[in-house]
Amino acid sequence: MNETGPAIEVSALCKRYGDYEAVRSIDIAVNRGEVFGLLGPNGAGKTTTVEILEGYRSRTSGEVSVLGYDPAERSLELRRRIGVVLQSGGIYSHITPREALRHWASFYPHPRQVDEVLELAGLQEKADVRSRKLSGGQLRRLDFALALIGDPELIFLDEPTTGFDPEARRAAWETIRSLRDLGKTILLTTHYLEEAQTLADRVAIVKDGRILAIGAPRELGVGAAHYRVAWRDSSGDLIERETEDPTALLHELTGQALERGEQLQELSVERPTLEDVYLELTADV
Amino acid sequence: MSETLALSWRQYRLERRLFWRNPSAAFFNFVLPLLFLAAGGAILSGNQTDLNKLIPSIAGMSVMSTTFTALAYNIVFLRERGVLKRIRGAPMPTISYFGGVAGNAVTNTALQIAIIVVCGRAFFGIGWPPHWGTLIVFVLVGVVSLAALGVAFAHAIPNFESTAAYVNAIFLPVVFVSFYVFDSTGAPEFLRTIADALPLKPLIDGLSGAMVAGHPFSDNLDALAVIALWGAFGLYFAIRGFSWEGKRK
Repeated sequence: MNETGPAIEVSALCKRYGDYEAVRSIDIAVNRGEVFGLLGPNGAGKTTTVEILEGYRSRTSGEVSVLGYDPAERSLELRRRIGVVLQSGGIYSHITPREALRHWASFYPHPRQVDEVLELAGLQEKADVRSRKLSGGQLRRLDFALALIGDPELIFLDEPTTGFDPEARRAAWETIRSLRDLGKTILLTTHYLEEAQTLADRVAIVKDGRILAIGAPRELGVGAAHYRVAWRDSSGDLIERETEDPTALLHELTGQALERGEQLQELSVERPTLEDVYLELTADV
Repeated sequence: MSETLALSWRQYRLERRLFWRNPSAAFFNFVLPLLFLAAGGAILSGNQTDLNKLIPSIAGMSVMSTTFTALAYNIVFLRERGVLKRIRGAPMPTISYFGGVAGNAVTNTALQIAIIVVCGRAFFGIGWPPHWGTLIVFVLVGVVSLAALGVAFAHAIPNFESTAAYVNAIFLPVVFVSFYVFDSTGAPEFLRTIADALPLKPLIDGLSGAMVAGHPFSDNLDALAVIALWGAFGLYFAIRGFSWEGKRK
């Protein structure tokens, strides 16, 4: 089944709940081996989109293909090839991570070694502790471990680091990077810009069920807005100018300053970051 | 097919292991009916007529608590905690999962009935059940019906915090009415009608016939029909309304 095409292909995907349109005609193609980020504020439709791809929700209309399968058919073959980290998935209170991984491993034809996955998720020391005694961060690591035990080729991560402290977030990023290095395809949702910028090869900015921009994090920053040149004039006021052509503007500014015998204090030229683009696109104006 | 069965067996073994690790569930679903048996047996000691009624009543209550009560609790807990959602996403056939869960409930029921039968013989002077076949038929039909009703009832419970209130609002009145009508010859007619229409009293009638009086199940066909009808009703709503996720958002 379609082993060479994109890992995920979505076109004109719509999801309606009664009168509410959670997803309004989304198009995405995620290549194999790519880390693709869906970035957007809460309620943007990220989770709805991902849960349609995972087979949890039906779609109202549109075409969806995941590894060549229609996820709405919920075939066992597809579920054996994907790993899912849900935004809020739970586990039995009285099971240990090792037992849970052993049990989940039995669902897959070629699972990874339990010890190896415990190590990858950083759970070796908690492997035999019942889950009710694990911290939130440790349970999240167990989510990762359970998603990886079947050695999936495509991994869905729905807000994988929400609620993490900075240290735990860095550790999770390391894990995600190591998955990318193994050649896995990853679809990640997040409302943290830094996370999308750090991890994703390409990002789609989503709001109100629509994609507002799509591209590599760098390109998104460069392509969409102006350069900002700022300095302090002789009376100490901060002045900002936006330009498409910073070379010409700087030439003009520095020339004038030299003529007047002044300095351009605190002169800076800033390229718009993904954050600027994101804030501009998602602003409620 | 063999893989479906193998996964069912694995799920069953996991359910068994986890069941004993949860002390409060083990107590309410398993120990409590046996405590009733011990206490009731001690109070009624020497009064064989009453003991003959106590034993099948406790057996019926055991079937209800190991299936209806236990499954309603479990399903709501697993649903609200997101465990069912995770299982739904795993490549395990749905039938394997429910096979394991049902097997766990059946094992608990079988263990309890066995303990009650042995205690009846050893301490309460009712001997071995004269009609094993009838006993097995009634326990089986009772398990299927009450388990289905437990799963169906779980749909009506909105969150885990209120599960005890919801379950006891059904369990306690049904047990009281059924025990009272089964025990008393002077129960008012309308109570008798209600008890006969609910599944527990017909189950106790059938179990009593099998364990004490020695009636073949053909003598209690209408009781069996009532339980089976509840089972059909329960199965329909258990499957139709089943929800793998809590109703948040």
